[in-house]
Amino acid sequence: MTLTFTVPGGDFNQAGRASGEVKKVLARLGVDPGIIKRAAVAMYEAEINMVIHAGGGTAVAEISPERVVLTLEDTGPGIPDLDLAMREGYSTAPEWIRELGFGAGMGLPNMRRNSDELSIDSAPGRGTRVTIVLRLDGEGASVENRAAPAAAPAGTSPAEGVAP
Amino acid sequence: MTVRRIAELLEARVHTGEDDLDLDVSAACGADLMSDVMAFVKEKVVLLTGLVNPQAIRTADLLDIRVVVFVRGKTPSRDMVEAARESGMILLSTNYSMFISCGRLYEAGLRAGGTREIR
Repeated sequence: MTLTFTVPGGDFNQAGRASGEVKKVLARLGVDPGIIKRAAVAMYEAEINMVIHAGGGTAVAEISPERVVLTLEDTGPGIPDLDLAMREGYSTAPEWIRELGFGAGMGLPNMRRNSDELSIDSAPGRGTRVTIVLRLDGEGASVENRAAPAAAPAGTSPAEGVAP
Repeated sequence: MTVRRIAELLEARVHTGEDDLDLDVSAACGADLMSDVMAFVKEKVVLLTGLVNPQAIRTADLLDIRVVVFVRGKTPSRDMVEAARESGMILLSTNYSMFISCGRLYEAGLRAGGTREIR
């Protein structure tokens, strides 16, 4: 099953609707609630990032019995330093975004923590593609029961073409 | 701790979920930044926040948080109340500050917080 969403860039109040829809579909399919929550959080963070930094984009959820693959793609300014962006607390979001409850510098770390695999393909001026994979046939379960993420972003492939 | 007890301790106004006040919660999270909520929140938690916009409801819904308390005298908009009602969420608001609200709940025995150690 493939679900495709357009994430509008101009209306912050709409941000998160695609993630909410995916969560509902996964619940209808009987997916483990812990995995659903992880998918919802990872996708929501990516969706919010697209709205904040890139003026929106597209989100695609591919759901099979084995896994959920969430791909969020935008044509925004890209991420100049991915290692820096993966650090907890690092944020380039403007003050008005913090007033709306985001920009804590937890978005990418939250995506990593809640994904089984995360890859980010981004370069300045070329936009960003985030791919989040959650396995449905493994131990799954909630993020509380999973090992703490390693200092190096395990499961995160270096972005292709990232500027030096 | 039941939501009814939380409402008493915080002298809170109940906006939605009047019939569900016997729901039990075992942890609390006080935050205005939703990514912090997503990083640290546990099961059966009450969220205390000063953020009053639709993203507070959406974040709570995505995390299956059933109880949200708006602190510092802030009250949710009609749209937020409606969204919370559709999701089966209990919305409260209190005139106490975040610090005092968390303190009153902690003092009354609600002492569990986030899901993971902060390093």
